Amino acid sequence: MELSGGEIIVQCLKDEGVEHVFGYPGGAVLHIYDAIFKQKDVKHILVRHEQAAGHAADGYARATGKPGVMLVTSGPGATNAVTGIATAFMDSIPMVVLTGQVPTPVIGSDAFQEVDTVGITRPCVKHNFLVKRLEDLAETIKKAFYIATTGRPGPVVIDIPKDITDPGVKIPYHYPSKVRMRSYNPVVKGHLGQIKKAVKIMMEAERPVFYTGGGVVLDDAAKPLTDLVDTLGFPITQTLMGLGAYPGSGKHFLGMLGMHGTYEANMAMHETDVLIAVGARFDDRVTGHVKQFCPDATIIHIDIDPSSISKNVRVDIPIVGPVKQVLRDMLKVVNEGENNPKNQALKQWWEQIEKWRSMDCLKYDQSSDLIKPQQAVEVLHKVTKGDAYVTSDVGQHQMFAAQFYRFDKPRRWINSGGLGTMGFGLPAAMGVQMAFPKAEVAVVTGESSIQMCIQELATCLQYELPIKIILLNNGYMGMVRQWQEFFYESRYSQSGMSVTPDFVKLTESYGHVGMRVDKTKDLEGAMKEAFSHKDRLVFLDVVVDPAENVYPMIAAGKGHHEMYLSPGSELV
Amino acid sequence: MRHIISILMENESGALARVANLFTARGYNIESLTVAPTEDQSLSRMTLVTRGSDEIIEQITKQLNKLIDVVKLVDLTEGGHLEREMMLIKLRAERTQREEIKRLVDIFRGKIIDVTDTSYTVELTGAASKLNAFVEAVNEELIIEVVRTGPSGIGRGPKGLGL
Repeated sequence: MELSGGEIIVQCLKDEGVEHVFGYPGGAVLHIYDAIFKQKDVKHILVRHEQAAGHAADGYARATGKPGVMLVTSGPGATNAVTGIATAFMDSIPMVVLTGQVPTPVIGSDAFQEVDTVGITRPCVKHNFLVKRLEDLAETIKKAFYIATTGRPGPVVIDIPKDITDPGVKIPYHYPSKVRMRSYNPVVKGHLGQIKKAVKIMMEAERPVFYTGGGVVLDDAAKPLTDLVDTLGFPITQTLMGLGAYPGSGKHFLGMLGMHGTYEANMAMHETDVLIAVGARFDDRVTGHVKQFCPDATIIHIDIDPSSISKNVRVDIPIVGPVKQVLRDMLKVVNEGENNPKNQALKQWWEQIEKWRSMDCLKYDQSSDLIKPQQAVEVLHKVTKGDAYVTSDVGQHQMFAAQFYRFDKPRRWINSGGLGTMGFGLPAAMGVQMAFPKAEVAVVTGESSIQMCIQELATCLQYELPIKIILLNNGYMGMVRQWQEFFYESRYSQSGMSVTPDFVKLTESYGHVGMRVDKTKDLEGAMKEAFSHKDRLVFLDVVVDPAENVYPMIAAGKGHHEMYLSPGSELV
Repeated sequence: MRHIISILMENESGALARVANLFTARGYNIESLTVAPTEDQSLSRMTLVTRGSDEIIEQITKQLNKLIDVVKLVDLTEGGHLEREMMLIKLRAERTQREEIKRLVDIFRGKIIDVTDTSYTVELTGAASKLNAFVEAVNEELIIEVVRTGPSGIGRGPKGLGL
């Protein structure tokens, strides 16, 4: 079979099993788009801005575990895509990004829509390629998928000059079934000796805690994690990225940890003697002040990426390997059981945890006529029976969603944790809904974030994506406002967002259903009505209390044991 | 502490940029960096001199290893190793100074490789510290130009850094 470069790209995607490509055409990728036009297997979803193509491919990958694929043109197409790429990079999401480039002979001449895409994306990709010969194209695509999906996953960019895709030049097509790279050999198995050593320490623990992150979700290791935690009877806290791997309603779950984690989770971290970190990277939003992090703990760290180990916090027992395999082996070692957990000590530990839990740190005023944002998330949970895919943007609403939508399954909570990208939620939801057309997909967002990719409402109409947008509208960049209230004596510098479009009318003008609710008593009815429109996108503008803040909160530079629990409260 | 990290990497365009980029992006310092192809045309050998605490050096080697183009690397300072750097130094050498400069070059086992009425150009090879010593030994006013390659390094003994 002889194919042109453009046709090779499409054929490679087919052979790789790719069904959806999110993208936006332009001069440098016209040949590729022509090849897409001539076939039906690979479906192209036309976004309205390249940033959204990135987030959509990313959301698709997070929900399915398969690599997301996007295609954009050179120059501005590529630069617009950078936010999407960086977002995926920070959260280790497998993605293959095809960017057009000006023809090889004019590279470096400041040609129209030329930009050094490989240079610009280098710091925010797992790897990138510039294809210089048509003969290398298929193998490069194979390598890109291989790199993106193995080891610690991440986005891979392939920059393709226009002449490479020339329909007039055809070569024999061969898509390699495998690639071997001498310079890239991700670890496939954790060391059994280290695992045994870790288990021994775990069995001697009196105040152990599991601290698990996005790596568990990425490696589909929820089952072995849950089994291990329940077998041992240890408490577990999860990071923002890890939510859902161990069920939110599970009896050993302490809630999320970190800056806006629960009192019980953060206190348990502070008091623990054995910390078992799994697929988590000791991010600053999780650790608080590193000098005060888990002062008494022996730290066990399981991670596929050796550079994650002892990066921010010194680790005592490192185990480099895929978390699923390591957790399975760990469970096996536990079950073969030379030692048992220290049950008496664990009982006391749980009693202590229950005391912390009784502080009920997530309580909020439910008697108010003004809708509380927490309540909106709780009602969303109730109406969707806790089984929706929930995407979010970044800020207070993101934290409320993480705290109050108790995710029981992995891959249901989809948010930009590392980069913290406003504008992520709606396009990410498009990716999720494309992957699961029948599923309930909700975007929990704010009036500031949603405006950053609002144009995607048109994409949603074109592809009939019945997403439900739950806008927690407080008229502020809430998290910015919260910090200004706490740390800048309430000088709300540029954080007001009272001038917004009428979201109901705006939504209607895009051809969707718009609704607004502003009273607590009407909230549940409105939410039910929104979800009753099975085949329509509904935008529910929930007018919430503008003064509400996210608690608990560890102030910057403080340890886990120093939290604000409610308005005006002292550090506890 | 000063570390010499020797890296074997794919001889791909952009490979050097990836290393340089990593150092700026993560705030590590590079004292010097040399790179050239090896006997295997598909591989480049890079010698990188950096400074940092043990924790930072550990991160540097891990992050370098994570780069897809890096095939292998070794921190030479962890074992016995040899380090050589070449310097070309152009000196003002007029009548009265010529003999003394010549003697100094001999002491350091250097070579004068270009001569004019008023100047010498000296080639000197050795560990970085030896080159520093030479520069310090020469009267500062006599120095016209200094060009240094940055150190290259290799481990002692029969073993090599190969595939």
